[in-house]
Amino acid sequence: MSASFRLRPLGAVFLGLSLLALPLCAQADEPGVYHMVIKDHRFVPDSITIPADAKVSLIVSNQDATPEEFDSIPLRREKVVPAGKEITILLGPLKAGSYAFVGEYHEDTAKGTVVVQPAATAPKE
Amino acid sequence: MLATAIIVFREVLEMAVVVGVVLAAAEGAPGRNRWVAYGLLGGFGGAGLVAAFAGTISDAAAGMGQEYFNTAILAFAAGLIGWTVIWMRQHGREMAAKLKETGRAVAAGESPLHMLAVVVGLAVLREGSEAVLFVYGIALSQPESALDIAAGVALGLAGGGLIGAFLYLGLLRISARHLFSVTSLLLTLLASGMAAQAAGYLVAAGTLPALIDPLWDSSWLMAQDGIAGRVLSVLIGYQERPSAMQALFYAGTLGGILLASRQSNRRSWKPAS
Repeated sequence: MSASFRLRPLGAVFLGLSLLALPLCAQADEPGVYHMVIKDHRFVPDSITIPADAKVSLIVSNQDATPEEFDSIPLRREKVVPAGKEITILLGPLKAGSYAFVGEYHEDTAKGTVVVQPAATAPKE
Repeated sequence: MLATAIIVFREVLEMAVVVGVVLAAAEGAPGRNRWVAYGLLGGFGGAGLVAAFAGTISDAAAGMGQEYFNTAILAFAAGLIGWTVIWMRQHGREMAAKLKETGRAVAAGESPLHMLAVVVGLAVLREGSEAVLFVYGIALSQPESALDIAAGVALGLAGGGLIGAFLYLGLLRISARHLFSVTSLLLTLLASGMAAQAAGYLVAAGTLPALIDPLWDSSWLMAQDGIAGRVLSVLIGYQERPSAMQALFYAGTLGGILLASRQSNRRSWKPAS
């Protein structure tokens, strides 16, 4: 979150807890939505570029007949993508950098990256 | 076969750590093996059910069903462990006295230790369902023969079970005087790690803010996807890149359990041997 949170972690805790009471914190902008499919145990495209410090959604659609698991320790996301289904993964706000993910059930082929670019240079979604 | 073995091993490893700690914590409790077996059986049955309904769970709660499902299981397991540890600490003296009097542990009815069977069941259900989904996928796409798959599953189960057995036997090498303190501390850390993991799922679902993300990055020191990293992530809740929210949940659970059992801590546990 914002820099003031880092300066005052305790305040952030209380603010965070009070946010729980709200249904969903209202966002001024619609978060960017990115798409990816799983086909033949590969992610297509295998990389997305998102802006830093922004919340985005990644919709992963599994076109294979077998289940897959989107797994990323750096992104701290672990989500099963049942066969023929699509799932939404909420990402961010993230710092600029490169975050690897895999399809845990077919790790040799199902690999990808989320590239997070500083806000100024990221493509507008 | 090897791919199957590796995936099954990973999932089994995580449940084996939980089972190993529970077995050691309940060492000497009557009927322990029976209720742990019930927990395992129930967990495997549940894992099959969860895998079968993976699509339904995934679509629930506006697509965040998996996150909430995992949160609920982890929070429930953490709560059960916390409650058991507090009870163990508060009744440590009585348990010790009874051990001395009768030469055996308290009657099963008086001890909530068998609640840990539910914890075993939940761990198996959560990790097992992922293994079941994977094996189902392999069986469906048939890149391997049924025999190869079976051999891979057996190898993975054996490998994971071996680590759990090492953990259990290693804990039993601790003298009886310290076993209770060590296992109750391990259970406390296990519960704290589960609470932090639950917080991670709530952050993933967008319900909680991450606050500071990540709070630190210790992947250079200990990678979370290695065997040691995986064991530690279950055992003490190690995370190479936790969010501040997870750290808060970890500290809150740890502090809460320690505080709740503080009074009894003063009446120190005196083992019978």
